[in-house]
Amino acid sequence: MADTQRPLSPHLQIYKWQVQMLSSILHRATGIALAVGSLLVIAGLLHLAAGEESFQHFKNIAGSPVGLVLLFGWSWALFYHLCNGIRHLIQDTGAGYGIAQFVRSSWISVIASIVLTLLVWAYVLTAGGAA
Amino acid sequence: MTAKDLRQPIKVARGLGSSQSGVSHWWTQRVTAVALVFLVLWFVATVLSLLHADYAVARATVAKPWNALLLIAFVVAMFWHAVLGLQVVIEDYVHTRWKEVASMLIIKFLAVLGALASVLAVLRIALTP
Repeated sequence: MADTQRPLSPHLQIYKWQVQMLSSILHRATGIALAVGSLLVIAGLLHLAAGEESFQHFKNIAGSPVGLVLLFGWSWALFYHLCNGIRHLIQDTGAGYGIAQFVRSSWISVIASIVLTLLVWAYVLTAGGAA
Repeated sequence: MTAKDLRQPIKVARGLGSSQSGVSHWWTQRVTAVALVFLVLWFVATVLSLLHADYAVARATVAKPWNALLLIAFVVAMFWHAVLGLQVVIEDYVHTRWKEVASMLIIKFLAVLGALASVLAVLRIALTP
């Protein structure tokens, strides 16, 4: 914890829940999760470069139940960070700061990320399962 | 700044601020974000197209010049963006100076190693017949 002794501002529990809290904290949380998930990209590329047996090993792990759960989580984190990231880029232009627009765009980020995740996994399932 | 100061205000403001680097962190985060919007969509589409590909097809796909190029751009932008984002998280939550500096060094070293390893892997695939 901090090595400074100073008064702290009220924390989360004092405020009424609003969707903007969710969209904001999820952006940071998914960002951290994706930074960890980047290890998967490295692993995939290294195993692909290392040879057929090695790549098959990677595919087996990715296609295992634990691997699929992680992939599902990471895919949603990716789509959420993408949707909400685009929302932030739009807000960087100065647009969308009205309270109603801000709330609506928060919901759009959350819902669009879920829809995109379900679409991708529906495609994976109809294409005959993963790995 | 005093009235006697002969320097232009812009000369003083340029490159300063509490981070000593002005808006470059903010700006680089946005530039990599815009790049990643396109690169992530391309990456997801490419991975989905390889769902049932065997090893030779997967390797040949990565070895195609455009795919190799975009894949390298993707991993570099991804690790760069990740470091910029994690840096803000560390600055926000790690309030003990030596822990803050140590965490920053660790994530930067890991990100550079990750980016180099990924680029090297793509090059091995692309350049090995």
